[in-house]
Amino acid sequence: MSEQRTRPTTNVDDPILRAENLRKRFGGIVAVDGASFEVERGSITGLIGPNGAGKSTTFNLITGVYRPDGGSVVFDGGDVTGHSPERIANQGLVRTFQIARELPEMTVLENMMLGPQNQLGESIWRSVTPVVRNEVIQEEKQLRERAWETLELFEIDHLAEEYASSLSGGQRKLLELARALLTDPDMLLLDEPMAGVNPSLEKKLLERIHDLQDEGYSFLLVEHDMDVIMNHCERVIVMHQGELLAEGLPAEIQGDEAVIEAYLGGDV
Amino acid sequence: MSERTIDTDRWKGDLLLLAKIVAATYVGFASLGLVTGVPINEVAGFLVTVTFFAASFALVTLALNLHWGYTGLFNIGVAGFMAIGVYTMAVLTASPDASPAGLGLPIPVGVVAGVLVAALVGAVIALPALRVRSDYFAIITLGFSEIVRLSITSGTLREIEVGDRVYGTGGGSGIGYTPVDSVIPWLFDRPGIGLLGDLLYGIGGLVGITTSIINRLLYALVIIAFVVAVYALLQRLAYSPFGRVLKAIREDEVAARSLGKNTKYAKIKVFALGCGLMGLAGILWMGSRSLVTPESFMPVVTFYIFVALIVGGSGSNTGSIVGGFVFAAFLWEGPRFLRTIARANLDTRSPPTIYDAALELAAFDVMPLVGYFIGSLDEFRWILIGVALVLLMVYRPEGLLGDRKEIAAATDLSQRQGGESDE
Repeated sequence: MSEQRTRPTTNVDDPILRAENLRKRFGGIVAVDGASFEVERGSITGLIGPNGAGKSTTFNLITGVYRPDGGSVVFDGGDVTGHSPERIANQGLVRTFQIARELPEMTVLENMMLGPQNQLGESIWRSVTPVVRNEVIQEEKQLRERAWETLELFEIDHLAEEYASSLSGGQRKLLELARALLTDPDMLLLDEPMAGVNPSLEKKLLERIHDLQDEGYSFLLVEHDMDVIMNHCERVIVMHQGELLAEGLPAEIQGDEAVIEAYLGGDV
Repeated sequence: MSERTIDTDRWKGDLLLLAKIVAATYVGFASLGLVTGVPINEVAGFLVTVTFFAASFALVTLALNLHWGYTGLFNIGVAGFMAIGVYTMAVLTASPDASPAGLGLPIPVGVVAGVLVAALVGAVIALPALRVRSDYFAIITLGFSEIVRLSITSGTLREIEVGDRVYGTGGGSGIGYTPVDSVIPWLFDRPGIGLLGDLLYGIGGLVGITTSIINRLLYALVIIAFVVAVYALLQRLAYSPFGRVLKAIREDEVAARSLGKNTKYAKIKVFALGCGLMGLAGILWMGSRSLVTPESFMPVVTFYIFVALIVGGSGSNTGSIVGGFVFAAFLWEGPRFLRTIARANLDTRSPPTIYDAALELAAFDVMPLVGYFIGSLDEFRWILIGVALVLLMVYRPEGLLGDRKEIAAATDLSQRQGGESDE
């Protein structure tokens, strides 16, 4: 059984992300115990599992927040195992967090402007040298335009000049996703993007994700809302106790005995 | 409508605000002094001293604001980095015949080297120190600043014989050198500028202000010039994408890294830059005496700077200058001026203890108690600083200018192209 779990059983034609045999231990607790899966390029893939299944830890291992004890992560054909979060983000794999990490004492616009990668003005001397600074100002004007457009897309442009700390929980989720988009990613890892988001906003968010998918973005999302997973994901990965339990189409997962048992708390 | 006007408007507004605060304070102190019969020379001397300390405090506070206010680096080793700057300059510029001997280099070389060495040491300290969490970082910087001070005091570094000369830090008795403020008399020895000097001294003589006060005033203006330059530099940094990264590090470093920002390099760069500026401030401030000793760099100096930053408003460069000024004028020098006034007008014999003063109070004589307070003013100033901090925390925890939204961007973000404005 466990031999089977370390190798994905279903075929993915063109994987953008491949995790192989990932392991992470915290003291005596094995949070992730040999998880392997692949995410199809241009797909929306769901990652589900009961609490403590190791979903968030897996996210942290993929995005470099934690260094894996074993296994490898391959993103877009390149090995990114153990790389720093900033390096992984620079390669186009960007994440959001389960509890939104907005930058509270910065305005919504400032938060957004942080997204774009490799800005000229991130070097000290370009920012302070009199003539060279004009280039920085020019770039800022272009980025400002993109930031406003993205805020409009997410319909939080009326909050642009408020501190991020004054936003509601759902608005923070929107801000985090909008900010992640400005990094020009190829793939987004969303950790419970719908948690704390009201139904109408949730609908809007899902529409946005589908639009982005049409533009070629890939998504891996952790979500507890089964309706979201079953109706919006092409593929579903199920984790349980740090291991991969099942993988397949939503319909297959829905009928999987092992999955039902894991969720209903039967003996495994 | 153009971006440039918005930029200059913001600066103009801040300068105006600063000028108002300074002018109101000076007019207030001067009229208080003159009305109560303090000689004009003493009033002028007091105002010059306030200016000197205000500019010095403002310079260090600006550097600390870069660390703490912008980046959230809890550096409580400010005194140590100032010491490195001053001692580097002292060793390089002291006369080779003095004891301990120096290298006898020109003062500008010493100043530049002091700044560079402080920045370099900052970068080296940052490599290991920035790997730990912020509270441990604070302990490391405090420990480092004490290591610097105790090393300077230590017998090992006190005297180092090289050839037939004895170099070293001089231990507790320090190093003597030509002070940095000798630049003013030096300038007035030049042919053209000398005339200006004679003119200023002449005007001073007419209203009864001594030449030494005029020299001190001119040196304070030199420090102010440095404050302006550093302020302009830091404002540009603050209003730039780099400043945005710094703020993001302060707010949530994990989030900044997840957005692809290399926070480690940013932190090292900003720490080194801030330490260099602290070295510069130390040189201009403490280096204007002709002797440097380790006692000038007790941890309490760092505490003063933090008070100034908190008063002014952490996270604002303009606030840092306001904080430095308010600290120097009201908490540092202000009480001494009140003492001068009191001594000129009241019978302020000071009883030896507060108990004696209380006994006389029982006889309905308030004056001995007042006299006691005035006599122990240097100690009571501590209570004043404490009370001021408590009041500030209760009524204005964000500091005098800390509530302003200073957006970290090189252009006005609320404006959009194509004439579409948000208003």
